[in-house]
Amino acid sequence: MKQTQEPAYRVLTGPEGLLPPAAAIMGIHLPEDGEGLVEGRIVPEEKAMEAAAIAMLTRKNPTLFPGPLMLWGWNEHTIEKSAPFFEVAREIPGVRIIPMPDYRPIYPKIDPEAVINPCHPNLTIWHNKIEACVFIGVHCHFANITLKMIRAGTNCYTIALCAEAGHEDAMASVPQFTAEKLKNFAETLKRVKKNGIKPLYEGQGIIPSGWAQIAGLTGVEAVKPEEEMVEAGFAHDLEKGLDENEE
Amino acid sequence: MSEGLGEEVKTNPQGDVITAAPAPTKEAKKGAAAQRVVDPDYLFLQAPREKTFITGSEAAKEAIRRANVDVAISYPITPQSETMQQVGYLYAEGYVKDYYRGEEEYGVMSAIAGASRSGVRCLSATAGPGLMRGLEVISSWPGGRLPAVLLIMCRVINAPLAIQPDNVELSYMLNTGCLLFHAENQQDFYDYALAAFMIGEKPEVTLPVAVAVDGFFVTHARGWVSLPAADIKLPPRDCYHEAVPMMDNENPPIRISRDAPIQKSNFISYQMHASWQQEIWAAQERSRKWIERWLGGLVEVVNPKAKIMIVASGAAVSQSREAVRQAAEQGIEVGLVKIKSVRPFPAEEVRAALDHAEKILVPEFNYVGWLAKEVKSTIRGSERVISGPRVFGGMSMPTELILEYIMGTPNRR
Repeated sequence: MKQTQEPAYRVLTGPEGLLPPAAAIMGIHLPEDGEGLVEGRIVPEEKAMEAAAIAMLTRKNPTLFPGPLMLWGWNEHTIEKSAPFFEVAREIPGVRIIPMPDYRPIYPKIDPEAVINPCHPNLTIWHNKIEACVFIGVHCHFANITLKMIRAGTNCYTIALCAEAGHEDAMASVPQFTAEKLKNFAETLKRVKKNGIKPLYEGQGIIPSGWAQIAGLTGVEAVKPEEEMVEAGFAHDLEKGLDENEE
Repeated sequence: MSEGLGEEVKTNPQGDVITAAPAPTKEAKKGAAAQRVVDPDYLFLQAPREKTFITGSEAAKEAIRRANVDVAISYPITPQSETMQQVGYLYAEGYVKDYYRGEEEYGVMSAIAGASRSGVRCLSATAGPGLMRGLEVISSWPGGRLPAVLLIMCRVINAPLAIQPDNVELSYMLNTGCLLFHAENQQDFYDYALAAFMIGEKPEVTLPVAVAVDGFFVTHARGWVSLPAADIKLPPRDCYHEAVPMMDNENPPIRISRDAPIQKSNFISYQMHASWQQEIWAAQERSRKWIERWLGGLVEVVNPKAKIMIVASGAAVSQSREAVRQAAEQGIEVGLVKIKSVRPFPAEEVRAALDHAEKILVPEFNYVGWLAKEVKSTIRGSERVISGPRVFGGMSMPTELILEYIMGTPNRR
């Protein structure tokens, strides 16, 4: 259903309260292809990209959260996005990349520098003092629950670049986000900088966070021998955590 | 037994002879193989249609024939059995890829959940007590974000035992999180069931859809149904474009699926669960766009300016249409709001349609009056609503009864 009148509700940077409503229930409608959402209002796509670019350049500790669809290369569409994803990263000085490789709960604790987990996304946001972030390649259900929890308890400006219909619970969202649109987002970042937006972390590259980042992006020796990392893997950490915290 | 005739007769473990429909002809099998996939917009809105006079069960069968269904699982219960028997014929002809009878409804609904998680298009159907038996599992489908279509051919829920229509079971479906459409007639049952597959599988929706119809009055009665050609069908389910990952044993990590969040006794753990539940109802809201597009809206309004308005869903709409006509003959203008989608409930549309009304009747085929409660809780000035007339236990609804309520409820103002 097309949005016929301006909804009273706005999707603003939090913290909004203990349990904010889902924006869709409050009358926020998803945009069509070529449009975007900014704080619950439908705007042209380039306006949404611009708002997202400004937030990522000017707010503290901007972070990219690539989800499983980016990380695991499940299909052609996700694979073709990986190159422009790094183009975007390069245009945001001081950006971190913290992946969401999985939706499994990680207890007793996550390593907030290594991952963000949908069961307690606020921990990653709080620990790293993230005030702007991009979700990309996260399945819509998990993106939405995560975005709601972030809005509830943090002051993070959330951006959802969605391959499907978009996300009402993000402060900025663009639907049908193709590799082409990802390239456009990199161009938008360049343009807003050229137009006078001074990045908060001018001169800094991608800031490593977590052992995966250190190993992969900066060329620094991995904190563990590589074979041990492969052998241990993600499940190993999970099992250890569960055992330690057995009730 | 047919010993001596040289033919082996198949029996079940109790020794009863198993009868079966004749094997499908080569011609029938060719039909399935020749079907071509078309755009849903074309199939729903543009394809030329021809009128045919068929039962509701046959209308459902025709929907399933064009739905590109992978798996249909069912357990017999009247009045649903006839439809699913016909789905068996579709399976034999190659229109449905897999089909079997579950051990009972709990097992059926669980099996459908498993099938849906694996990414295929699923169908089941049930009625009355069968729905009650499967309800625990059905209630878990939306949380699993499992697209599937459940046809509900309503009947009395025991006891006293009856197999006649009564849609009290839909009151149990209202808060499961499933989308719920209520078909008025055979045409609706065809249209809603077919569209349900596409609506539930939209990435922003990713929910099960229940399509209900009042048993016997529609399932076993004939009506005119406009059908597109049988040589076209919907595109297959595109499970890689949905709100959750499907179980995919060939792509790592398998356990990326829908593991439940660990529930620790702290606020944030439960907040995750709460956000999850919110997301189900948010997804319902997102389905409106597609219901508008493919079912022509969540409601239909007849005589929108009338001061006396009827709100109805299912077969009660047909009786109400006739009551509206008969009232007009007597010089009384009566309007009608047909509720097509009970979930999501068309609150805005109902408020807009009833804002001016002085008297609102809600005829229903059940004792509890679930639709009247919905309407009362939605509109301003709920004292305008007269919760009735209602019939139940398998009764039909004489239009005279609706007219009585239009003229002034007996023993009431």
